[in-house]
Order: sequence, then structure tokens, then C-alpha cells
Amino acid sequence: MIREFTKGLWKENPIFVQVLGMCPTLAVTTRALFGFSMGMATLFVVVCSSVVVSSIRRFVPRQVRIPMFTIIIATFVTAADYFLKANFYQISKALGPYVPLIVVNCLILGRAEAFASKNGVGRAFMDALGMGAGFTCALVVLGSVRELLGAGSVFGYRLMRDGFTEWVVMILPAGAFLTLGLLVGLFNIINSKKRGAVRAG
Amino acid sequence: MKRIVSGNNAIKMITALLAVGILSAVSLVFIYQRAIPKIEANVREETKEAIESIFPGAAKIEKIEGKEIFRVEDAGGRLLGYAFPAEGNGYQGIIKLIAGTDPDISVIKGMKVLESQETPGLGAEIDSKDFRAQFAGLSIERPVEYVKNRKPEKPYQIEAITGATISSRAVVTILNNGIREIRKALKDEP
Repeated sequence: MIREFTKGLWKENPIFVQVLGMCPTLAVTTRALFGFSMGMATLFVVVCSSVVVSSIRRFVPRQVRIPMFTIIIATFVTAADYFLKANFYQISKALGPYVPLIVVNCLILGRAEAFASKNGVGRAFMDALGMGAGFTCALVVLGSVRELLGAGSVFGYRLMRDGFTEWVVMILPAGAFLTLGLLVGLFNIINSKKRGAVRAG
Repeated sequence: MKRIVSGNNAIKMITALLAVGILSAVSLVFIYQRAIPKIEANVREETKEAIESIFPGAAKIEKIEGKEIFRVEDAGGRLLGYAFPAEGNGYQGIIKLIAGTDPDISVIKGMKVLESQETPGLGAEIDSKDFRAQFAGLSIERPVEYVKNRKPEKPYQIEAITGATISSRAVVTILNNGIREIRKALKDEP
């Protein structure tokens, strides 16, 4: 059971390994806080929709499963969007259209189709929680790196000395690709080192 | 025989889709009704804060019936001017801003950008203090113009942000259109 949770954090990390949901990943990570908010909204949607999909999986006719999953996902996305607009207006404005766009994040339909529709509620819940957490962590790391280099702060706390020249490119789209590429590379280096160590042992 | 089976199947599919659709619609109505008052309050609050930043002495902000224009008065009931929201295309996506004028609509009191997707570090500077300061006291007897890479000479000119001419021009265009609109709208006001 716990393995269903941890696989999303590292071994099957949605961003660094499966490379899913690139649109919000690249677009909203100009600040660590935005990455975190986007991650939490996605986590909410993936957990809720996985639980619902898993609990109704016996009543879903195979031919119409995709439209049914999509309606379920869209409902939770709309709920998340209204929640942010009502309670975190400034964050919602900064994330702009990317909250409604969670609906087309293939991570979520992917979990519903590949895992939740074939497994019990408990396992589906753990799986979705792990995937959501892995997604959030990756967005926060990405956002922190870009915010630190592009604006000299992390989560709004200034870390760079005064007189630090901000690398504006890091908060532009190009910076998203640079950071993501380097992080995926780093991820692969660590993984291959680990595998090498296991083989040597 | 086969027909009947597929007919049953169709009914099953329709029932399942219908059930999911209805449940989704009902829960969305419920969420919408709870969220809308809060969202509207957020928008009102944001507008109020923007207007107060344009008119420092503002005590009473009142929307004119049926128009997207606000009358701004100070604590003594004296009319400070009018504030109005305006929007238009920027370099990337829509720019929404609020601007204020004096009671005669001859001078801009200031402007504040509410929403924009301009380039960070370049176009996004339209909401910076320095750029905004150019609009306080800007004459609008004639349409506002922008100049590049030199200090403005006429009272109705502003200096465009270096490297962000399109964003600067967008703000100027939005303002000019907005001023034209409110002049028309306020003609029959006392």
C-alpha cells in the first residue's frame, strides 16, 4: 500500500520520469508559491477524481468510460477553480487560465484510466496522493530555482544579496525549459548512480 | 437476439452518462452559489483598493447607475473625480486597468494595472511606480501620446518603457479609448 504512494514521489514521478502535465509545469513555475498552489490544486483534483472513478468502476460501461471520467475530472477542476477565486484571489489571478486547464492535464486522466479504474478505492487513493505529491514537489523545486535566479527570492523571501542582477530569462518561458531540462538530467544522473551502486553491490 | 443485447447496452451507457452528468451539474450549482458572493466581493475590494491608490483622499466611492464609472468624493463630500476600468490588447493577452480623472476630465489622476500578462522585466513594468507616476497629472485635453527614449516635452506625453514599446502603447491606447467612452457617458451627468 505504501509503495503505491512512494512510487509517485520518485520512481514514477509524473514530471521527471513520466514527463506528464508539461503545460502547467512550464507556464506557472515563475514563482515557488505559484508552483505550490498549482501542485495543490492538481493534487486535490487527482485524489478526488481517482477515488470517485475507483468507487464507481463496476458501473462504468467500457465504451463511455472516457467521457465519464472527463466529466468527473472537470467537476473537481471547476470546484478547485472557484475555491481559489473565492479564497485566494491574487493566486488565482496569477495562475490565470492554468487552473481550468488542469482538466486536460494528462496526469489526471492517466491515473483514472490506468490505475483507479482497475484498483480498489484505498490503493487508488494512495496512488493519486503519491502522484499529486510528486507533481507538487517537482513544481515547487522548479519554481524555487526559477524564482531564486530570476527574482532573487524563494517563496517571496529574499535570499540573494542586494546588487544581485536578476536573470530575467529564468522567469521567461526559456527559463522554464532550461530549468526543467537540467532537473530531468540531474534526476537521471542520481537514478543511474543508484542503479550502478545496486549492481556493484 | 443480438439487437436486444446492444439495445440494453445503449440504455446502460445512456443511464451512466446521464447519472454522472446530473450529479456533476448539481454539485457545481451548489459550489457556484457558495463561491460567487465571495468572488464578487474580491473583485469589488480590488477595484476599491485601486481607486484609493489613484485618489489618496478618497472617502466615498460610488458607482454611477448603469455605467462602469465611479464617482470619487473626499471626506467633505467634494467631488475628486471619476474612476473607470478599461481594457484592451497588450503584447500578450488582455491588459485591464483602472484610471482616474479630475471632475472636468481634463487631467488624469493616475492609473493602476489590474491584470496583464506582459513580459516580466519589460512589459510588466507598466505597473511599476516610475511608469505609473507619469500618468498622475497628465493632460488629456488632447489624446495621450508616447515618446521613445527621450523626456516628454508636451503635457500630454509620456515616455514609453525602453524595450516595451508595444506594452506602453497598449496602455496609452486603452486610456485614450476609455477617456473617450467616459466623456460620452458623462455628457448627461450633472
